[in-house]
Amino acid sequence: MNILVFAEVRDGKLKRPSLEALSEAVRLAKTLGSKVGVALVGEGIRGCAETLGKYGAAAVYVVDSPRLKLYASEAYAKAVVEAQKKLGAGAVFMAATALGRDLAGGVAALLGTSAAADCTGVTIEGGKVLARRPVYAGKAYATVGFRKGPAVVSLRPNVFTAQETGGAAAVEELAVAFDEADFRSAAKEVAQTAQGKVELTEASIVVSGGRGLQAPENFRIRDELAQVLGAAVGASRAVVDNGWRPHSEQVGQTGKTVSPNLYIAIAVSGAIQHLAGMRTSKVIVAINKDPDAPIFKAATYGIVGDAFEVVPALTQHLKKVLAS
Amino acid sequence: MNLAVCLKRVPDSTAKIKIAADGKSIDPQGVEFSISPYDEIAIELALRLKEKLGGEVVGISVDPDGNDVAMRKALAIGIDKGVMVKGGVNFDSYATAQVLAGVLKARMFDVIFFGKQAIDDDSFQVPTMVAHLLGLPRVNLCTSFEVDGAKAKCKRQIEGGEETIEVALPCVISVNKGVNGIHDKRYPSMKGIMAAKSKPVETVAAGPFEPTLELVKLELPPERPAGRIVGKGVEAVPELVRLLKEEAKVL
Repeated sequence: MNILVFAEVRDGKLKRPSLEALSEAVRLAKTLGSKVGVALVGEGIRGCAETLGKYGAAAVYVVDSPRLKLYASEAYAKAVVEAQKKLGAGAVFMAATALGRDLAGGVAALLGTSAAADCTGVTIEGGKVLARRPVYAGKAYATVGFRKGPAVVSLRPNVFTAQETGGAAAVEELAVAFDEADFRSAAKEVAQTAQGKVELTEASIVVSGGRGLQAPENFRIRDELAQVLGAAVGASRAVVDNGWRPHSEQVGQTGKTVSPNLYIAIAVSGAIQHLAGMRTSKVIVAINKDPDAPIFKAATYGIVGDAFEVVPALTQHLKKVLAS
Repeated sequence: MNLAVCLKRVPDSTAKIKIAADGKSIDPQGVEFSISPYDEIAIELALRLKEKLGGEVVGISVDPDGNDVAMRKALAIGIDKGVMVKGGVNFDSYATAQVLAGVLKARMFDVIFFGKQAIDDDSFQVPTMVAHLLGLPRVNLCTSFEVDGAKAKCKRQIEGGEETIEVALPCVISVNKGVNGIHDKRYPSMKGIMAAKSKPVETVAAGPFEPTLELVKLELPPERPAGRIVGKGVEAVPELVRLLKEEAKVL
């Protein structure tokens, strides 16, 4: 079964989660003896084809047009489906980013099927695609099978390993006949809101603060620790509900679900809906003054203590250790 | 304005999930069901729009059991009427979208609102699929939504940025928490609860749909291996850093 991967490009660069999805497709295709192609959609994106070859893509289908500079939901879906047809792909993969989540639904709708969103595992058995995905915000996992092909699957960032395998892709320009209706939901402009900041759902380290930080200005100690680690910052629901931090930082069932290598929870009690959003993190560190806080049950390592003392000390210590 | 809000009955976000004996569903024992929280945000946005521009807000809910507990709550909060669609199947976005589109295409709406995702299957797909099936523009994950004549001006959050999108009405919109500054749902008043009793709810059977996904298995996540308390206070910091570096190898 050939697999098509949609590669997302932002500011001229391939997004890391797209390379993760590509690597997983390459691993699956190797066991099946099949081929992986990539749909590269946007404006001025041809230069990314070489990297995609290095990550194991056999073919790259380039759909390059000034009209595709910004994301256009219908047009991008159409381009991906054209590439899927060209490759004869039985499965379409993409990263479950904000764009990927939108695109997966559009591609699946064009193909007359469902998409399996935000998957943490994909297997292909006897020509059937099975996807494992967190549901109830990670309180359970569902395994779903596609009753008909092609299967559309978005893969959760930070779960699969991106791996260079060496190689070069055959690059092919794909002419797609777009019409006006393909641009009726197109973005008109994009404003950078957080230049240089690490995106929460893609970060390999996340530092979160909870209600125990007591006031909005105290999130400085969270931010300083995050800066030393090059980490993204998160917050608990209570903090967001209090208006101390924006919803874009909320981790949990009604916020973002993250699975970084390292999650540091500062003064977060560990309500069930928060745990749901971060329990798949590889290593969890909890710092809380209440030894009975539920967060310690989920934590790999815990320190019982006052966050206002422990966190600055941790930041200082890490500065020294990471500099040496 | 004729406004639709598609709302789903889901286990409350504080619910503890247990798997039923069939291995394919959750054990409903002791689980409180509610409106999916993002749908509550969509309801609030629709109600504010109605208060500003006039018109009517209609709730539409597909439920395999025909259970109207979420719809009743929405009526008490303030929507004008409801359409309960009995049938469909959970965990199959395209099937749900087909059922919803079947109901929606026979009715005229200016905007069809959704929450960005239902917090049970966390799928994010249905709004886009409904838009596709109805031939309407769509904007997912809206953080800002304004009607301007025959158009809607939307903003959407993406990683590290915000997109501006303008679509013609009618359109399909899925909203994120915080859209137009709405962070919380509206709570039903006593008057609202009383009024809900006399609001019309039409019950219809789900139209034909083609199932596309099969739920093979539902399971609890693997237990995390037991962690340990490294120590108390500032004294424990060097040991924590050593463990992160040498044992966990995450630094």
